[in-house]
Amino acid sequence: MSNKLIVTPSPHVKDSVTTQSIMGNVVLALAPAMVASVLIFGVRALLILITCVVSCVAAEYLFEMVCKKPNTTKDLSAVVTGVILAMNLPSSLPLWMAAVGSIVAIVVVKQLFGGIGQNFANPAITARVVLLISFTQPMTKWVSPNFGTAAFDAMGGATPLAVMKNAGETLPSLTEMLLGFHGGSLGETCSIALLIGGLYLIAKKIISPIIPASFIATVFVLTAVLGQNPIYHILGGGLFLGAFFMATDYVTSPVTDKGKLIFGIGCGVITVLIRLFANYPEGVSFAILLMNIITPHIDNLTRNKAFGGAY
Amino acid sequence: MGKRLKILTNGIIKENPVLVLLLGTCPTLATTSMAINGLGMGVAATVVLMCSNLAISLLKKIIPDKVRIPCYIVVIAGFVTVVQFLVKAFAQDLDKALGIFLPLIVVNCIILGRAEMFASKNGPVDSVLDGLGMGLGFTLALTLIGSVREILGAGTWMSGTPFMVDLTGILSTPMSIFTLAPGGFFVFGCMIALINKLTKGKAIKKKEFGCANCPNASSCGAAKGGC
Repeated sequence: MSNKLIVTPSPHVKDSVTTQSIMGNVVLALAPAMVASVLIFGVRALLILITCVVSCVAAEYLFEMVCKKPNTTKDLSAVVTGVILAMNLPSSLPLWMAAVGSIVAIVVVKQLFGGIGQNFANPAITARVVLLISFTQPMTKWVSPNFGTAAFDAMGGATPLAVMKNAGETLPSLTEMLLGFHGGSLGETCSIALLIGGLYLIAKKIISPIIPASFIATVFVLTAVLGQNPIYHILGGGLFLGAFFMATDYVTSPVTDKGKLIFGIGCGVITVLIRLFANYPEGVSFAILLMNIITPHIDNLTRNKAFGGAY
Repeated sequence: MGKRLKILTNGIIKENPVLVLLLGTCPTLATTSMAINGLGMGVAATVVLMCSNLAISLLKKIIPDKVRIPCYIVVIAGFVTVVQFLVKAFAQDLDKALGIFLPLIVVNCIILGRAEMFASKNGPVDSVLDGLGMGLGFTLALTLIGSVREILGAGTWMSGTPFMVDLTGILSTPMSIFTLAPGGFFVFGCMIALINKLTKGKAIKKKEFGCANCPNASSCGAAKGGC
């Protein structure tokens, strides 16, 4: 006889939202950017995407099998990690490096810290930083768009941010910036597709608009104040990808609205500092990683006071 | 004789100073970017450890208990200076690679730890054996970590020695993060996990590190019935 009465602590109200449905929506939101990346960078982009997703899921499955943990590949979180990691890589990257990155993301960053919900930093972003430090040269070899042809354009296409930093080459026009016809990693170039995906997630209430809005606004205002072209700074580089899809990771961003605001502004400030004053042309990934690390402290400082509570 | 052998082998796995006792972490992380640097650091520390253990076990009756730490440091610093001059004279490349970490052997917690935990309570022969065993454990751990980091991070092994093995043919693009600080922490952590797995987490006797001798005992939760 099954027990109809369940005695448990709250929450008692159940919702149909599951990890799987949230992750599925994130993949859906990334779909325009995925399509755009394949259109802009050709078959090679598709190969990188497939490699990352397959090796992320395989790494999660194998690790959990070896450690005799429950299999969590069905919640699609590994798929999301794979897609986001692929979006962060240049299309000319050797496929085995993409696979190494996926293994770092899933095994080292996620599973070694206890699996989904336990990672201290966003797996995809950490994997990107590990790859950037390990394989600097292939990770910064940007390919010019080749509009669907299978052949690679071996000419390096500098990213708009690199152009702004070093001068000499001409910047793409604003339309090209919006549509993504310039050098860069798979998912960072087509700003429109990322914006569509981001707005879809906000409309579905999967992410709160506070982090992306404060992140992008901070970069816009700071670059404008410091005499740069703010439009190019928010459209170039991985800002949209980072702000909508990586900084908003539930596990590694603050819980309260005030905390989210601090997190977004912090990300923006670090990004601008790295872009304008450090050696790397792009700082979004480092900014998010650094803010991920101080997220527990932000959470502590912005804890909501319980009504009538003791403190 | 069996007891002496046990003292000697104690430091190699069962009480490995780096991987089980977690002492000397700073030189471990800083000097293991290449296998030969790890080996050099290990040998230098072993020599100091043996000499200081011998001297301290001989002087243990003379050293007043209240000022024992400064006395140990003076003895250790003397031997470190000797080793440092020897390395400077005969192995200049190693001296350059180890840099500040060579004189910093003075404050290496393994050496002070063994002086406090072993040499001050045991006779000279046992103390030298303990120093040798701990030193071997330190050297082995450092060489192993250095080897992994060098092979994965630079694609070579023992470069800078006549025995250099060049693996760049197989590992055409080494992951240079392994020769940097994050790789050091990562390999170090994996080694600790491996030793823990091999010894089933029983490598260390808990009572040897009880709360009674801990300087933080009064402020930590254990004294108030916590942990």
